[in-house]
Order: sequence, then C-alpha cells, then structure tokens
Amino acid sequence: MPHDLVVEPRERVTAPGDLRTLAAGLDALQSERVIRAPWWRRFLGGVLPPVLLLVFLLAAWQVYTVVAHPRPDLYPGPMAVIGSLGSAWHSGQLPLSIGTSLQRGLLGFVIAVAIGTPLGLLLAEFRLLRRALGPFISGLQVLPSVAWVPAAVIWFGLTDATVYFVVLMGAVPSIVNGLIAGVDQVPPQLTRVGTVLGASRLQLTLLVVLPASMPGYFAGLKQGWAFSWRSLMAAEIIATGGSIGFGLGSLLQQGRELSDLSSVLGTIITILGIGIVVELVVFAPIERRLLRRRGLAPTATTR
Amino acid sequence: MTATLPPPAIVLDGVSKRFGVNGPLVLDSVSAQIADGEFVCLLGASGCGKSTLLNLIAGLDQPTAGSVSVTSGRAAVMFQESALFPWLSARRNVELALGLRGVPRAQRRAEAMELLDLVNLADAADRRPHELSGGMRQRVALARSLAQDRPVLLMDEPFAALDAITRDLLHAELEQVWRATGRTIVFVTHNVREAARLGQRVILMSSRPGRIAREWQVDDTNQRRIESPEVARLSIEITDELRKEIRRNAA
Repeated sequence: MPHDLVVEPRERVTAPGDLRTLAAGLDALQSERVIRAPWWRRFLGGVLPPVLLLVFLLAAWQVYTVVAHPRPDLYPGPMAVIGSLGSAWHSGQLPLSIGTSLQRGLLGFVIAVAIGTPLGLLLAEFRLLRRALGPFISGLQVLPSVAWVPAAVIWFGLTDATVYFVVLMGAVPSIVNGLIAGVDQVPPQLTRVGTVLGASRLQLTLLVVLPASMPGYFAGLKQGWAFSWRSLMAAEIIATGGSIGFGLGSLLQQGRELSDLSSVLGTIITILGIGIVVELVVFAPIERRLLRRRGLAPTATTR
Repeated sequence: MTATLPPPAIVLDGVSKRFGVNGPLVLDSVSAQIADGEFVCLLGASGCGKSTLLNLIAGLDQPTAGSVSVTSGRAAVMFQESALFPWLSARRNVELALGLRGVPRAQRRAEAMELLDLVNLADAADRRPHELSGGMRQRVALARSLAQDRPVLLMDEPFAALDAITRDLLHAELEQVWRATGRTIVFVTHNVREAARLGQRVILMSSRPGRIAREWQVDDTNQRRIESPEVARLSIEITDELRKEIRRNAA
C-alpha cells in the first residue's frame, strides 16, 4: 500500500516522460518491424516449385517413352526405373547403400568441419601462415579429390579409411576457404569495437570474428558438404570390395557391370535426390535464418 | 587555484603524432587537461587530427612524442557507425559488453535492460540491429559503451550520420545520460552548433598539423537547446575562429 505514495526522485536518473515519449514516437516513425509469412506458405514457396518441375519432367519422360518407343535397354522409361528402384528397395540393397553412404557422408563432413574450422581460423588470423599455406589449400580445391583415390588405395587398402581420406581432401579446402572469405569480409569496425570492449584475442575470435564471418563460413560448409558427397560417390565407384561397405557408388558400379541401365539411372536419381533433400531440408532453412537475423534476407517483407 | 580541484581524468602532455617515419605531422604537441566529470567537445575541420587524438586517448594508437594518461585506466569508446553486432539483439549486444567486463552471467540481463532503459530503448531490447533506425542503433551503441562502466567515455562523431531531428533528440538524451552517470565525456565533432549545444568546454583544433587553437568555457545551463540564443552566439564566435584557421591552409 505505501508503494503508491512513494515518489522516487527518478527524473535525474531516467528520462523525463516527454523525452521518453518523444523518443518512442520517433522510433516508431523511423523503424519498421519485419513481418514474416506463415511457415506453411514459406514451406510451400520453397518446396512446391521444384516438386512441380520434377512431376513435369517425369511426365514428359513418360510421354516420350510411350510415344517414341525407344530401346528399353538404352532409354528405359520412368516406370522401368521406378520399378528397379522398388526391387532394389525390397531386396534391401537400396536402403543398405543409402544408409552406408549417408553415414559416411555425414561422418566425413563432420570430421571435415572439425579439421577445417580451426585450420581456417588459424589461416585467417596469422598472415604468414596464410601466405604460405593459402595457395596450397586453394590448389587442393581445384584438384578433383578423385585423383587421390589410387594413392589412398595404395596407402590404406580397400578400407573405409580410403573413402574418408578422399572425402576429407574434397571437403576440408572448401570449408577453410569459405571461412577465410567470411573472416575477410568482417567489417573492421566490429573487430575494433571488440578490442575497445576489452576482448582478448581468443574472445575476439570466438565472440566477434567467428559469428561475424558466419555467412561466408556457411557458404563454405555448404560447398564442403557438396564436395564430401561428390568425393564419396567417386570413391565408392572406384574403390569397391575389401572391407569397404556397400554404398550408393557401389550400387552404381554394380548396375554398370550388369548393364542394368534402369538400376543405374535409378541410383543416379537417388544420389541427386539426397543432395536436393539435404539442401532443401538442412542448409536452405539454416541459411535463410542466418541471413534473416542479420537483415540480409532477400525475401524479407517489410511493412 | 587548481590545487583545490580533484585530479584530472585525462592529461595530454605535449602529444605529437606522425604516421610512419616520414609521414606528415598530424598532431603537434597538444597539451590539455580534462577534469573528472567534464563534458568536452573537440572541434575542428578535416585533418585536424581530432579522431587521431581520440584514438590516442582510447589507447588504440600510441603517440610519437609526449604522453597520454587516463587516470581511470582505459576509456570506453563510441564511433560514428554504431558497429552493433548484427547477429545479436540490442540486449545481447549490451550483454556481450557486460560479459567482456566480467559481469556474471546471471546479472547481465537485468543490467542490460537497465542500460537500455536509460537510453529509452527497453521496448526494443529484443530487436536486432537491422530492425532499428539509425538513431536507435546509436543509442544501443551508447548503452553498450556505458556497459563498460569506465568513467571516461570517448565519442567520435557519434551523431554525424543522423538526421537533424534525431540528432536533436540524441543531444537531449546524451546530456541526460551524462548528468545521470557523471561520466567524463570527450566528444569529437565537426559540427559547431553541436559542440556549442553539448560541451561545458569547447576545444577548437587547427588543421595540419593539429594544434589546440582556442578554448571556450560554456556556462553549464540545464536548459540549453540547439536553438538557444547563447548557443547561436557561441556558434558564430567559434565559426569565425574556425574559418580563420581554415583560411590559413589556403596559401
């Protein structure tokens, strides 16, 4: 009850009411809140166009097969391909190979991130190291990682180590380069403010530079995943047998040996499909969120 | 007379600055004392080295000759661009500064809200920098520099990029923050009226090399506004002096 009667001498500490309302009024006039479309519309907007295109392409392919009657062993129709995918699924070969490849791709990617991130930060922070090592890393990015397969087979034999080695050689340079590009684009004011706020070098790196370089770093991660997945397929096609598990690349190679084009096309579509799904389901939402939070999203609508 | 005053917050003693070994002299033996809790405006045309001087006081750079001493240790700095971290909300930006100062995690939120309230931004605490206007960003930046809890606050043309209406509001807010917190403020500007509106003391610097040309002591009236006749009178006097300094560079 006594609270109502106590008048605190706050005028000196906080702004008087009129200055406060003046500020509030000006703020309302000058700033706009971003209004986002509901989630289902964003989802449909992202997923619907590619699905529609896919349906259209399948339909066109089917029409061509029905109308032109091409040789089924050279130009199988979509039904034949779907049929061979179905039988591969029921025999357990397709789920096994998808599982094996995804697991390897994922594990390889995680290892590549764990190696590439500190390496990229070191290179971005230490000029001399970057001048020495930078060109090699860029060179490695140009070198197709398949080129490492023969060497890896000689070093590690037909084991999973060969596959992971090739995947790492593909993904690590992309991640390192993406992170370096991201760090280079960090506005100098931000690091200066970090210094002024009393951040140590490690704090500056972890609290300012790394988050500020996220857009470039994330682009590197995306490319790193693409390179992991590609390198993995290449390694699985070339290096089969031994203790190497049966992946999608092995399935592809098996289809080639059996001259089973339906199976080969079905496997290619599966590999492509996984790439698209990972992009749409994993990377695209994270990237959108990342850019939106910084006001960089191109799709943000303002009032 | 000076013996009765508390020790000054900042002492500049014959400060000179030259970039590179044979570079031009940017600052030429600048000496000044800034009292504890004083609001000083550092005014000058381009090339007078006012930002350089601020960087020296901030410890971001070292003088070529002479000495700079800030009694309380390091100073807080605010720049022309707000340089807020774009991935953090207004509150998180302030909390980061609190964290770097060593404030325990549990206290940061409440303290950040208090500081945002001081600049009338408590309602915008969860917005990100891109959702704020330029004036709001500068106020968050002000709250963030206050979070450092250093007695000396250095400001490098903090309102130069704002429109006149917003700047006027921020002058009032800054004055209020200064009176509420008792900070020593060194405010660099090239806007004569701004200096006359805000400062207890205005220091005019000459250009190439930067030297202190003249100083004005301003009566500290609470109700000073940018339109006030005394501000206008002082502005005219300072502008005349400033033009004299600029003309010397014509030859």
